[in-house]
Amino acid sequence: MTGLIFLLPIALFLGALGLAAFLWSLKSGQYEDMDGAAERILVDDD
Amino acid sequence: MSCCAPAAEEALLLTGGAPKGPSREEMALSSRVLPGGVRQIDLSVPGIHCGGCMANIESGLGKLDGIEYARVNLSTKRVSVRWRDDAGVPAIVDTLAKLGYESHLFEQGADEKDETLAELIRGLGIAGFAAANIMLLSVSVWSGAEDATRDLFHWISALIALPALAYSGRIFFRSAWGALRNGRTNMDVPISIGVLLAYGMSLYETANSGPHAYFDASASLLFFLLIGRTLDHVMRERARVAVKGLARLAARGATVLYPDGSNAYLPVGDIKPGMQIMLAAGERVPVDARVVKGRSELDCAIVSGESDPVAVEPGAVLRAGTLNLTGPLTIEATAVAEDSFLAEMLRLMEAAESGRSGYRRIADRASALYAPVVHLTAFLAFLGWIAISGDAYLAITIAIAVLIITCPCALGLAVPIVQVAAARRLFENGIMVKDGSAMERLAEIDTVVFDKTGTLTLGMPRLTNARDVPAAALSLASAIAVHSRHPISRALADAAVGTGKWTFDAVEEVPGFGLEARRGNDVYRLGRAEWALHGKSNTASGTILSKNGAPQAEFRFEDQLRAGAAAAIAQLKDKGIEVEILSGDRAEAVANVASALGVDKAKAGVLPSGKVERLEQLKAEGRKVLMVGDGLNDAPALAAAHVSIAPASAADIGRSAADFVFLRESLSAIPLTLATSKEANRLIRQNLVLAVMYNAIAVPIALLGYVTPLVAALAMSGSSVIVIANGLRLGTGRAARSDKPAEPSPAFPSKEAIAS
Repeated sequence: MTGLIFLLPIALFLGALGLAAFLWSLKSGQYEDMDGAAERILVDDD
Repeated sequence: MSCCAPAAEEALLLTGGAPKGPSREEMALSSRVLPGGVRQIDLSVPGIHCGGCMANIESGLGKLDGIEYARVNLSTKRVSVRWRDDAGVPAIVDTLAKLGYESHLFEQGADEKDETLAELIRGLGIAGFAAANIMLLSVSVWSGAEDATRDLFHWISALIALPALAYSGRIFFRSAWGALRNGRTNMDVPISIGVLLAYGMSLYETANSGPHAYFDASASLLFFLLIGRTLDHVMRERARVAVKGLARLAARGATVLYPDGSNAYLPVGDIKPGMQIMLAAGERVPVDARVVKGRSELDCAIVSGESDPVAVEPGAVLRAGTLNLTGPLTIEATAVAEDSFLAEMLRLMEAAESGRSGYRRIADRASALYAPVVHLTAFLAFLGWIAISGDAYLAITIAIAVLIITCPCALGLAVPIVQVAAARRLFENGIMVKDGSAMERLAEIDTVVFDKTGTLTLGMPRLTNARDVPAAALSLASAIAVHSRHPISRALADAAVGTGKWTFDAVEEVPGFGLEARRGNDVYRLGRAEWALHGKSNTASGTILSKNGAPQAEFRFEDQLRAGAAAAIAQLKDKGIEVEILSGDRAEAVANVASALGVDKAKAGVLPSGKVERLEQLKAEGRKVLMVGDGLNDAPALAAAHVSIAPASAADIGRSAADFVFLRESLSAIPLTLATSKEANRLIRQNLVLAVMYNAIAVPIALLGYVTPLVAALAMSGSSVIVIANGLRLGTGRAARSDKPAEPSPAFPSKEAIAS
């Protein structure tokens, strides 16, 4: 029972962190060009 | 990258020396001003298809003077370019053309961000987070957490579910509320009631330390349903973007000539009657006008359906949207843009659309039956348990359990999942679906009405007697023809190979007559018989090649049927569907096509309003009509028909009026779309039956009071999985059977590309 007191907040915090990361990536336009992103990794721009 | 090479050659061929794509004035007009003296424009570049293209374009454009930023979006096949305003518009289009990419402006407003999608995905993220975390807590409750621990878990679940309900749920609540306010019900009404009641009852249970809470049910229900809704939206959005990326066929502006000799490029909306406009060859007529000076030929195919170019001279009346082919013209506007032919078509379209009986989607019809039955059952359960036990709390709990278990999760997924799978299959075959209900409507049709020019035919002539013409004359003629954008010249240029050996001292285009080429002391003429032969004999009717006035060869042309036209019509007839042709072209041309395709019912010389009348007549006979057309003159009919399909080469408003747009040349798209829609409808009905069967089993269990949160979670996810699996059958297996070549077909050669 006592374990829950810190395990639950940790679990929820990690979940919320994931959600926040997802919403941030959405907002910063990382899902706007899915095909392009896959190709860009192969292009050397120097 | 090797994949870029063919596109480059193709574009160079098509370029033919003439500037391609939007002019600089047009670009300046449609660009956006950003802070800091920077302008931005988004261009549609359909030729982009790999990382190599992306790198080429970005480095090519980046080297230009004044360019601040150039970025390719591979998914939407667009290039976003920013440049400093003080330097003028850089040569973006020319640079792209040199790299081998055709570029064009697309419909205004298409670059807006898709707010709905963003909201759906955010909602999906939040609902997913809530559902996963609540499920973790629920599993521990189901596995035996008791007393204080259970209550703690329930309270935490309630806390997590609240934002999910408030944020993700409002998408459903809004739609349900809208329907209820108008006295209707839709699928979202039982969903909203189920989710809200589940949450409310669980909250009450938790406050009273009850054993059963349905927080997991409300959150995962929202999550599942949002998946269906988001997929549906993504599919339609993809089709919408693909259709919007097609070239605009309407002029955005025109060069106006002022009486004092100066000129300026004005947007179409600012052109007033009486203004004189300079119209270069290859430009479209911006507003209804009259020719003041010059001779030329006009391609009216997209406006009136006439397949042959029309010769014009001073005094001739021009309709907005027609394409000037051969010579520069000075024209005088006779109407403002809002009163032009295009606007008249828009009014006809609106009238036709208002006459279209409101089609109710299968899902809405199903829920109109479903919702009252479910709500009545829950109410009866409440009354029954009151009568039996006299315990109001027990009766309410059971009634709410009935509502939760019947919450149409499977029903809400049954339709979108199938339509998403079907739309995906059509997308892979180059067919864009604008709307899920279009597939439902298409499955009902019993009559197909085709337009001729541009729909059954490509609206481009083809050389028919290549075998009878001496090879040398043919290659000479095509070497001359390369210098013109007249459709007949294009056909000649396409017909021959080995034109490289001919060189000319001068080639001149004489608008309305043909081409004249000089080579040493010889004068070659290619064009109308009497002009080419200096008025001597005019027995020949076709196009003549003459050398110093003596005939060398005669060429005959015919409008080319679209690939697969005959097969498509035969397939439609096999299925017992009636086929009709309604065309604005000459009777003779229509009769030729009709007999070649074996269509008995064909009408020629039909006006746009005549097409709508014919469709209304068919509707009055109780027929469900599919209209296939491309022109401006078809747009009202496309809006009036039960369902409509347009090719990618169609006029802008035709494309936006149609429910489906096919991007490839072949008409086999039509039987394919029909077959896919019918199959999708069959699967939708199967899914609805599955959903009803699920309820037939689950409702009695709920009525008897045996439903616990665990049972509800298993039953609901089980039924959703079955429905999704059944829906996805459409996407697999059968796709390989389609009679299409597997390789992606090249971009459809739009009329624009060939004419300019």
